[in-house]
Amino acid sequence: MKPEKYMNPYLAGFFLGLLLLVTIYITGRGLGASGAVKSAVISIVETVTPSHAESQVFYKEYLKEHDNNPLKNWLVFEVIGVLIGAFISGLVSNRLNFNLDHSPKITARIRIASAVFGGLLFGFGAQLGRGCTSGAALSGMAVLSTGGLITMAAIFGGAYAFAYFFRKLWI
Amino acid sequence: MGPLVPDLIGNEFNFVIALFIGIAFGFILEQAGFSTSKKLVGLFYGYDFTVLRVFFTAGITAMLGVIVLGHFGLLDLSIIYINPTFLYSAIIGGLIMGLGFVVGGFCPGTSICAAAIGKIDAMFFIAGSFIGVLIFAEGYPIFEGLYKADNWGFVRVFDSLGMSQSLFAFFLTLVAVAAFWATTLIENKVNGKSNPEFKPLKIYVALSGVAIILGLSAFILPDIRTEYLQDVEDIEYVNNYKIKYMTADELAFRLLDKDKNLQIIDMRSPKEFSEMSLPNSKSFMLETLFEKYAEKTLNISKKENVFISNEGLTAKKAAIIADKLGYKNLLILKGGLNEFKKEIIEYDSTKVVIKNYNDATKRFRLKASIQIPKMIEENKSSAIPKVKPKRVLGGC
Repeated sequence: MKPEKYMNPYLAGFFLGLLLLVTIYITGRGLGASGAVKSAVISIVETVTPSHAESQVFYKEYLKEHDNNPLKNWLVFEVIGVLIGAFISGLVSNRLNFNLDHSPKITARIRIASAVFGGLLFGFGAQLGRGCTSGAALSGMAVLSTGGLITMAAIFGGAYAFAYFFRKLWI
Repeated sequence: MGPLVPDLIGNEFNFVIALFIGIAFGFILEQAGFSTSKKLVGLFYGYDFTVLRVFFTAGITAMLGVIVLGHFGLLDLSIIYINPTFLYSAIIGGLIMGLGFVVGGFCPGTSICAAAIGKIDAMFFIAGSFIGVLIFAEGYPIFEGLYKADNWGFVRVFDSLGMSQSLFAFFLTLVAVAAFWATTLIENKVNGKSNPEFKPLKIYVALSGVAIILGLSAFILPDIRTEYLQDVEDIEYVNNYKIKYMTADELAFRLLDKDKNLQIIDMRSPKEFSEMSLPNSKSFMLETLFEKYAEKTLNISKKENVFISNEGLTAKKAAIIADKLGYKNLLILKGGLNEFKKEIIEYDSTKVVIKNYNDATKRFRLKASIQIPKMIEENKSSAIPKVKPKRVLGGC
């Protein structure tokens, strides 16, 4: 079966905006994603080397905030939901299958390396910038936070500034 | 009044809500095509502006929704999470993320979404983001200075720019519409053909019409906060408005009686409040009445809310606003705290001459003038001016 067409982007945006609004109305906070990665990393570090987690400020502060249970975090539950929701969407639209998207001009190996490196930069940047495209840029725009909008401008501005140098990866 | 967490919805149940919100989030992102890296980076090369369309539409929709809910008093904007502003980390973190975007082809949310439908590149991106977070965590002592530099607090952009919220929202919406139009032209040029999907359908025109009418209504209908605060500026209006009174003697009696149903709403300044306050009193400002804190405090069943201020006028203004907001069991102290002090606390039988004066009253006032100052003294340690309710924690 052929994969179905994507939703009209304006309609998808409208639904996403309504979802964000409902989220703010119910919980008082916005959507997010990178925070769940942070919870997972801290949980892994704590399990593998508890003594190390005890000694470093970053882990210590986080564990104190979360009653020593880093996975008991709103975003962890939300991201589990994202996995389920995206899977259901892929299922109903015939888009479920294992594949590695890459431009014909580059090898699979280069695509994997660039994905890992891009993820590394995004993971690091989201910690420094206190949130990613969802948590800082989108949710920040909804509540008109100065910091959120600055981060948004920096993400998209930065991406445009660097795009030329990495064009071979995509076009 | 929103937000519903943590008062109407408990913190544990909030995790269940998070799961369902996440499901909807993942479903929408995937349906929009955010599970393909080629589509996601399209806006940086001009061949596909889907991300810009979805992102801007979502941001504008939510922003207008938040403004409208706040305008009609349905959402307490003073306690929702506003991403804090740290200038340097916001810019440098954002630039690093931008670089990560064009190199990796995803952002954290979309990579999770793509991995869920089997995209192998997305799984590697997620693995990379774990390493990135680990590097930040391990190097935290090095980055901490930059991370915490130039803290502006929970500022909102229209305040930073010195304009009104509505005006900023209007400009941002204009920018979005202009961006939709311009990027469609760019996209057509880069791809050498026009996208047939963007013909205006009747349903979209109708939906936009409804949105515009709602937006206009918010501008035309004044927000209740401004309206009520203006109403009570009119002295005649305040004088003619009927609010029940409580006399100084009754208040004294019920204080001595340690009446649990008595709740005093103290409208004096927080400074005066912390210097001297009656037992069972809460410090309020006129603004506080519009917050969620008021909803929690004034709605306790059976409690009678007695508004007090020095001269009594501010208390009456507050009681009027509370009455208009729909709160029940509202009273004001007759003569204000000044008269209460004169007749009860600093009672001197030789000086004060009051009508309907008899021996019983005299004895009662004498007793009250000794005991109430003691109660005030005992209360001193527990009289904390209103603690600003903590903002909801959020962000990534």
